[in-house]
Amino acid sequence: MSEPGDTSSISIDPEKAGPHAALPRTAHVRSGQSAHAPTGTADEEGGGRVARPAPAPACLSCRREGPAGGRVGTASAVRALLRKELLVELRTLESVPGMSLFALSTFVVFHFALNRASVEGDLASGILWVTLLFAALLGVNRLFVADADQGGFDAFLLAPVDRSALYVAKALALLAYLVVLELVAVPAFALLLLGPPLGPALPGLVATLALGDLGVALIGTLVAALAVRTRARDLLGPLLALPLFVPIVIGGARALEPLLVTAHRGAPAIRWLATLGLYDLVFGLIAYAVFDFLLED
Amino acid sequence: MESPRRQPAGSLDTKRRPPRASAAHGRGLRTLSVSTVLAMSAALSLVFFYAPLEAEQGFLQKIFYVHVPLAIVALCGFVLGGLLAIQHLRTRDPRWDVRSYVVIHTSLIFAVGTLITGSIWAKGSWGHWWVWNEPTLVSFLIIFLLYATYQPLRFAIEDPERQARSASVFAITAGAFVPLNYIAVNLSTAYVHPRVFSNTSNLPAPMAFTFLVSLLAMALLFATLCKYELTAKRARAQLRALRRRLAADGEQAPPRSRRTSAPALHHAAPARVASAGVAPVGGASAGAGARAAGRPAL
Repeated sequence: MSEPGDTSSISIDPEKAGPHAALPRTAHVRSGQSAHAPTGTADEEGGGRVARPAPAPACLSCRREGPAGGRVGTASAVRALLRKELLVELRTLESVPGMSLFALSTFVVFHFALNRASVEGDLASGILWVTLLFAALLGVNRLFVADADQGGFDAFLLAPVDRSALYVAKALALLAYLVVLELVAVPAFALLLLGPPLGPALPGLVATLALGDLGVALIGTLVAALAVRTRARDLLGPLLALPLFVPIVIGGARALEPLLVTAHRGAPAIRWLATLGLYDLVFGLIAYAVFDFLLED
Repeated sequence: MESPRRQPAGSLDTKRRPPRASAAHGRGLRTLSVSTVLAMSAALSLVFFYAPLEAEQGFLQKIFYVHVPLAIVALCGFVLGGLLAIQHLRTRDPRWDVRSYVVIHTSLIFAVGTLITGSIWAKGSWGHWWVWNEPTLVSFLIIFLLYATYQPLRFAIEDPERQARSASVFAITAGAFVPLNYIAVNLSTAYVHPRVFSNTSNLPAPMAFTFLVSLLAMALLFATLCKYELTAKRARAQLRALRRRLAADGEQAPPRSRRTSAPALHHAAPARVASAGVAPVGGASAGAGARAAGRPAL
């Protein structure tokens, strides 16, 4: 592993590292596609997603002879990519601290812009969502920058893995960033701006934010991949993402609204949670289907 | 979806339809234009001379026959653009990208028309240029804002193939977003404001008939505009190829004068066109050169 932020340094391709060096990391390498697979260990379906440990020496030898090389299971590829992503973030601290600090500053700005000591109800839910979305946009903008600038895309395309693995890993990483962001931003919001106590609202709040985060992560990753290799990526990312986030704001803000009032506290309406869930489902499937096409070159 | 993309280039070409003759570019354009003019005149005559005045809103309600068809056609156009983009990603044929671009481009214009007529209607009936209670207006604003980034996105990517692919990815995502956004916005407003014309079933028969004719005329207008733009693009590509052949055989093609967000059609490489002779030939598109060309040669 070289410098922090260098995304091309993690090798998933076992052929680069040599047979013995590759053993511990690629214990789940499949042998399904090789014609030289030893009898009994070859997988029948030859292309499924289930990672199965294969006998190492036989598997390695046949992979070295095979024309296409081995194929790493999607699950282990996602795991490796996610690990890489989180490691890079831990070492560089590029996204999450900036997002959290941005959220804090935005609360202060809202305090002075609205000239209020505390907010509640629809105003509180709106401020929380706007702040979280804009902070999320910062993370979305940075999500693929290292890959585009430092050759991470090329390295990934060389690896014998399913391309959707990159989408899943990046979406999970963004989801993790958002969760950390909210661990900072929501208590800060309760402390700085929110009038009614946060405690009783917590279960509904967590459910709503989880559904909203999932949608932001799913669509944000797709938008980030769309925008990153354009000339005006810092501009195009938010421009593309904000209209796509509107249904999340509608569902999320309406669901949070009854939780953040002082009197007659209610539960989030199932209708809005269902809207959020439907959005997550539809865009998750679409983004998963079309993401491959953004990587072809 | 893996299999068609992993195929070698040759097997894709064998599946391609045989190219049509150059005369087919504008085929049906005259019929389409004439029927559009006729349908438009019929619709306008019906609107002004046949449809009864609405009791509450009076003459102002006539804008309904323009606004709602515009909205429906624009929505359908956006979804159609997404479907064409799916076809583009599946076949990798740039012609589908051009079609998707033209459909989305025209729908965007129709969406602007929807916003303007809706705004006028809102001012007339509710006294405000903009009302947040009208789901169609609000949906259209969001959809318009989303699709307004379509051309900047294309413009910001220089490589034409990647531009086409990214634009298709965008068109598919946005095409799916259109109905979903509509559902969400409708949910958020449905309990606030009862809508006057939620569907055509509660309209009196003359009004419903006029509305349907207006819708048909608007759809025809949409089709004609798309067809005109496609024909113009083809004619321009043809002209460019002819000019290139006139200038010098086998010379480097003149560069495009300016960068644009609009996808352009490309003809086969000059050497191939020159070797094929002057007469229109279909065989030129059988090889790998035509795959880059993306549309049948002359």
